[in-house]
Amino acid sequence: MALLDVKNLGISFGGLRAVDSFHIEVEKGQLYGLIGPNGAGKTTVFNMLTGVYQPGDGKITLDGNDITGKRTIDINRAGIARTFQNIRLFKELTVMDNVKVGLHEHYKYSTIAGILRLPSYYKKEKEMNEKALELLKVFDLDKEKDFLASNLPYGKQRKLEIARALATNPKLLLLDEPAAGMNPNETKELMDTIRFVRDEFDMTILLIEHDMKLVAGICEKLTVLNFGQVLAEGNTAEVLKNPQVITAYLGE
Amino acid sequence: MKIKTDKIKKISKSSFTIYGMVIMAYVIMQILVSTGSLSSLMEGLLVPLCIYVILAVSLNLTVGILGELSLGHAGFMCVGAFTGAFFSVATVDLITIPLLRFGIAIILGALAAAVFGIILGIPVLRLRGDYLAIVTLAFGEIIKNFVNVIYIGTDKNGFHFSMKDAVALKLEEGGKVIINGAQGITGTPNDSTFTIGIILIIIILFVILNLVNSRAGRAIMAIRDNRIAAESIGINITKYKLMAFTISASMAGVAGVLYAHNLSTLTALPKNFGYNMSIMILVFVVLGGIGNVGGSIIAAVLLTLLPELLRGLNDYRMLIYAIVLIVMMIFNSSPKAIELREKYSLKRLFTKKTKGEDA
Ligand SMILES: Nc1ncnc2c1ncn2[C@@H]1O[C@H](COP(=O)(O)OP(=O)(O)OP(=O)(O)O)[C@@H](O)[C@H]1O
Ligand SMILES: [Mg+2]
Repeated sequence: MALLDVKNLGISFGGLRAVDSFHIEVEKGQLYGLIGPNGAGKTTVFNMLTGVYQPGDGKITLDGNDITGKRTIDINRAGIARTFQNIRLFKELTVMDNVKVGLHEHYKYSTIAGILRLPSYYKKEKEMNEKALELLKVFDLDKEKDFLASNLPYGKQRKLEIARALATNPKLLLLDEPAAGMNPNETKELMDTIRFVRDEFDMTILLIEHDMKLVAGICEKLTVLNFGQVLAEGNTAEVLKNPQVITAYLGE
Repeated sequence: MKIKTDKIKKISKSSFTIYGMVIMAYVIMQILVSTGSLSSLMEGLLVPLCIYVILAVSLNLTVGILGELSLGHAGFMCVGAFTGAFFSVATVDLITIPLLRFGIAIILGALAAAVFGIILGIPVLRLRGDYLAIVTLAFGEIIKNFVNVIYIGTDKNGFHFSMKDAVALKLEEGGKVIINGAQGITGTPNDSTFTIGIILIIIILFVILNLVNSRAGRAIMAIRDNRIAAESIGINITKYKLMAFTISASMAGVAGVLYAHNLSTLTALPKNFGYNMSIMILVFVVLGGIGNVGGSIIAAVLLTLLPELLRGLNDYRMLIYAIVLIVMMIFNSSPKAIELREKYSLKRLFTKKTKGEDA
């Protein structure tokens, strides 16, 4: 069975049917792309998958569990982590602390232990620091670990968001336009990193992207969204040859 | 690009600076007091200074660390003051060790304020938007008016409660009225001392600074910086908001107990527990720099001392006070001033200019 199984998902904003009868099946370990013109409803799909928006109708199943309409934090605990199209970092925290907040649920000690500096504080903090540093190294951010997140250059901020999401140890990683604002070199590096994350962490990744080089380069399957509806789906090479898809993109 | 480095190291380093600053102020004041070089007016200000510092630092936890606006900090102080004073007056004959009695009063005052923090926080902190400001503002006013109409007395049959007048308590011979409506509580033992005030400040600093540098503190600041992102990585928003807000409220309660035991008569007036007071504490926090604990202390001390120091100038007093407020505000927020401050800061003069590696 697919890791992520979405059926008949839909939502309206006032009179606007932003997403309608959307469906997708992402297999474990897959690198899956969700593409479509501006305003097609891609981010809205992510927002429904992560509980930011309540789906109007449809059913979302993750690893056999129905997570439709659950709260964002419960969905994260069920195994979905994400990044945001408009970067949402903890700006006033250091790069390291951004990742450590992601580790929050996995390295626990009580608030009292934190205030009184009991041994559990030192033990868990040390483990967290090691784990966070390990993650930062994957994204080549270890040298900037003590910078405030807001002081990172744009491309690195995007990477930090991925590191933070991974810190929650998800089953499924959702990336909303990870290459936006990156130069071609950074994008190429990012493609390698995404592949590395999939292989090394045994991760399943669903990503939204406008950069066709990236999509064609790393995604195995694609779903194309247009005006809130699935226009095409299938293997990347076939979908990109689909005349309807080409028109949708050229027509925007 | 200028790079701000290591917030953690900066915080722990600045923690030491803050503790050092408090202890040094204490030592200097003690020397001045023991050599008799402090005017009685200034001596009388020592405990109030501690109270304002605690209020400012604790409000900074809500406003600066949690990022929620509270306009009712004086309300929590009021709860702490009346709870603590009530306990002390009721047990003044029972517990003869003043320090023990005062210790219990402080704990009870903190707990009572915390309970109100939870009661307000549970419904309000779930909401998005500035509802907390509105609700805490109302809470402060309601509490202040409420304690003005309650009457509690005690006799050999136990406690009596009324909301009418002292006579309605129907106390037997030998009973005493503890809370007497608008006349408040009289006969509170004067247990507050400068030393106890400083110890309380240090305990409160210890709690806040250690909290900020721990798992819970990171979660609280993450919520402040980006609620949606914090939720998306599994942070329980309500829990941590409530935690920060309640701790902040309980500390205001401690300040209240200190306040009550510095006076022989405790009454709830617009002056001490009204919104004016809440706003003044907020002014300390804002001018000291939101989220900057050391700054809150300095602002609270300066702005409490200033009107007293200027007393001789009479009519111009408040004018100068206002000008200082404006200057501090500009100094704190104008980009030019920040640039200037960074250029000429002591730290810069003493450390070599380190160029951040631009990535
Ligand atoms: N909260 C909202 N309220 C009202 N309309 C919304 C809301 N969120 C999204 N929409 C609308 O839904 C449609 C889809 O938006 P969405 O952000 O999902 O597009 P997208 O495919 O991610 O586009 P882009 O490539 O530009 O990011 C748009 O018309 C948008 O205006
Ligand atoms: Mg989008």
